[in-house]
Amino acid sequence: MTTEPKMNREGLIFEHSKKGRRGYKLPALDVPDQELAIPASLVRDEIANEVEVSEVDVIRHFTRLSKLNVSIDAGLYPLGSCTMKHNPRINEEIARTPGFAQSHPLQPDHQVQGNLELLWWLEQTLKEIFGMPRVTLQPVAGAHGELTGILMVHKALAKSGNARKYILIPDSAHGTNPASAAFAGYEIKELKSNNRGTVDLSVLEAAVTEDVAALMITVPNTLGVFEREIKAMADILHAKGAYLYCDGANLNAYLGIARPGDMGIDVIHSNLHKTFSTPHGGGGPGAGPVGVSERLVPFIPTPTVERRDDGSFYLDFGHPDSIGRMRAFNGNFNVLVRALTYMRSMGPDGMRRIAQIAVLNANYIRARLKGSYHLPYDAPSLHEVVFSDKNQTAKDVHTLDIAKRLMDYGFHPPTIYFPLIVSGALMIEPTESEPKEELDAFCDAMLAIARECDERPELVRTAPHTTPVRRLDEARAARQPILKWNPAP
Amino acid sequence: MALPDPLTSQHRYIPNASEDVREMLDVIGVDSIDRLFDTIPDAVKLDRLLDVPGPWSEIETRRWFRALAAKNKTAADHTSFLGGGAYAHYQPACIDQLLLRAEWLTAYTPYQPEVSQGTLQSIFEYQTHQCMLTALDVANASLYDGSTALCEGVLLAERLHKNKTKVVIAKSVHPHYRETVRTYVQNLGLEIVEVGWKADGRVDLTELRGATEGAFAVAIQSPNFFGVVEDYDAIVEATEGLTRIAVVAEATSLGILTPPGAHGFDICLGEGQAWGVPPQFGGPYVGFMVVRDALKRHMPGRLVGETVDVDGRRAYVLTLATREQHIRRGKATSNICTNEALIALAANMYLSLMGKEGLREVALQSMQKANYLRNRLAQIAGVELPFAGPVYNEFAVRTPFLAREILADLEHEKILGGIALGDFYEGFNNDFLVAVTELHTREQLDHFVAALSAAIARERR
Repeated sequence: MTTEPKMNREGLIFEHSKKGRRGYKLPALDVPDQELAIPASLVRDEIANEVEVSEVDVIRHFTRLSKLNVSIDAGLYPLGSCTMKHNPRINEEIARTPGFAQSHPLQPDHQVQGNLELLWWLEQTLKEIFGMPRVTLQPVAGAHGELTGILMVHKALAKSGNARKYILIPDSAHGTNPASAAFAGYEIKELKSNNRGTVDLSVLEAAVTEDVAALMITVPNTLGVFEREIKAMADILHAKGAYLYCDGANLNAYLGIARPGDMGIDVIHSNLHKTFSTPHGGGGPGAGPVGVSERLVPFIPTPTVERRDDGSFYLDFGHPDSIGRMRAFNGNFNVLVRALTYMRSMGPDGMRRIAQIAVLNANYIRARLKGSYHLPYDAPSLHEVVFSDKNQTAKDVHTLDIAKRLMDYGFHPPTIYFPLIVSGALMIEPTESEPKEELDAFCDAMLAIARECDERPELVRTAPHTTPVRRLDEARAARQPILKWNPAP
Repeated sequence: MALPDPLTSQHRYIPNASEDVREMLDVIGVDSIDRLFDTIPDAVKLDRLLDVPGPWSEIETRRWFRALAAKNKTAADHTSFLGGGAYAHYQPACIDQLLLRAEWLTAYTPYQPEVSQGTLQSIFEYQTHQCMLTALDVANASLYDGSTALCEGVLLAERLHKNKTKVVIAKSVHPHYRETVRTYVQNLGLEIVEVGWKADGRVDLTELRGATEGAFAVAIQSPNFFGVVEDYDAIVEATEGLTRIAVVAEATSLGILTPPGAHGFDICLGEGQAWGVPPQFGGPYVGFMVVRDALKRHMPGRLVGETVDVDGRRAYVLTLATREQHIRRGKATSNICTNEALIALAANMYLSLMGKEGLREVALQSMQKANYLRNRLAQIAGVELPFAGPVYNEFAVRTPFLAREILADLEHEKILGGIALGDFYEGFNNDFLVAVTELHTREQLDHFVAALSAAIARERR
């Protein structure tokens, strides 16, 4: 009989349940029983199979489960386009200040002057970072910001008589771009990248017809390559009455170095959970504020935060051309608190240094690995670098295998098989948070794996070997979906 | 402002110092960091530093932000009866402590399952709780919040009925949710028909029945924005053939009220904030969505499923991903990518700690205390209850005076007395919504009764 390490077998919380256990205590009810508060027909039976566990059971369970995750606090987490940077704990402390955490979203303005002032300052800061006249803080994620931005473009065009039909999107784009454009009511036309991975002006010029509402582009693009012709692209679009949307996922590459507004960009979202360090929390929460050029200001979501001459602040619902409300209440306020905390901690020189060291770190990895891994696009890159598995496929070892083998070396893998224009892509973004030693350890691991691909390919093909579980049968999960725990019959 | 030398400027969050930078530049083969930015044209380069405050030490940061927080008047120093889609319930101490563990807080989306089993298993557990609470079959990993969950629910329903474009939404669904839906669908050719309420505050069934012709879905909220618990069976009976969406904005109500799935609703969605998440001025919260099994391949957002690894060990993985934007792109069921994973984790912890008994007791106490207060307030001369229907933990109160003025009076007594309904509905300027949870003591409820009596008496003078 083999025994597995206990850590790999943490059961589901439901499997810890035992009749009679308690994880809570409330004070005794101190009001007289209100008979028939609601009719008996509206009262449910017990919640079948809901758990009964103690506080100890809960703390042990979630502590043990947590140990099955890797995290940025434990080391490099080089997911390309995800900007996994250090999450300062002062941000967490500030967000938990009772005056913020206990404030209610429907309080009248005079009771929440501190919150409104904070939001106002965050907008001022983002306006300066973007080089744009107005920023909405309502969107709660990057994709939510994209939808917000494209809805504004649609409304602006509709108001001038024709909302148009198409959004242009390069083939290197994030999947959220076409999805957001579709939900905003547009059809997608894909633009082919050139051999630098960027968009040729001639290709754009030919594609921008009277039917085109906007180009959605990522700067730098998903290869980490800056679109040198960004201003000319804006000019082409503007000349035809179309807009330039920038996916700001990669803002970390040029923070404080260049500004979207100065590039002719009309609308940009910023993922505050990337560039501005609010923790990813295993997939969220995020925040996706959207900056706009002068032409789009009338269309931003309501309410906005405004300052009166006397220094007081208020929510302004009076934007007659607004696209409307993108979400209940005031966006992910306590993510915004963390982001402003970070911005104040960094300041102007710190923000510039973010981009400088992020780009330095990425280029260092590029320099150390380019002899062993194929670089499908040789153009200079900024904050991330995309390799492919071309050198390894001869040994029948592929990107997925390399990614899994990295886990055995203690690293989270890079983003893989994205962007789609690279076959077998390995997209590496170290961020500015990594010290040289960590970058060296990662590069050493990648180089060791490259050697293993030659010498012991089977070892790589069957990786990982040291993780809590090994490769999963993902096809089975999709073919016979089990999407919740079912009690034993 | 002169630009600082990147070799000498230093920040505590960015480890590499000048010696590291020099060594790395040598390996790269360039002589300065600036050269790495040569691909950005000078014409768009900033020739100055950003004009923003900082850099601040933690000491300065604390000073400034605490001063800002101190400008707020909140439940931290007042007795609050605010609800309207955001509720202050008991938050067990261990939840926040656990959330601060780096492995939860600072992990990314679990794209690599071998090193993300903690997050994946927790989501699977969260999905299971949602199914139990709503008596439906399949829950997703989370959506942004209740309002956007309703948008996604309407769009899901629309996909099931290809040739229909009309959706019926009760006017007693949270006003912000309805506004958000209007924003989301503005270019999608959908028609939104809103139906009103009867004198008891419940959906007007006659109007509802009349609105169903040609509609693909109906969305009602229970307890509705006025706190009134709807009659699910009557609504189901009146909406034959439509996809039925139950919206829950006060999630603890599922601990005591009959679950939508048991009445024939196809989708239950809403806001999970009440599960022990602080109101925090509106976010982050967690939207949930649970559907009948037949709808699972139409679900927006991430789903976690069970499988095995190559050694046959049970394990969890993101699944049915062909619905999602990173695979299906422009044809995806939703554009959502980042969701509210950490808040869903907090909800999983809350639901586990409270468990079968606690979820019921929280709901029962909230309901008993709210109804105690409601009955006592109704005895004050001049106070009316505009809606007679059964309530869970929130209800509307009417006085002969403007709600804003009454609420301002209560604020002097350190009471945040409620939400002025006139901000949301015409003709309700004298009404406000009062929410009660298990956190309120009888003393606070009695003090509210006395303070409201006094406020009315003051207004009369």
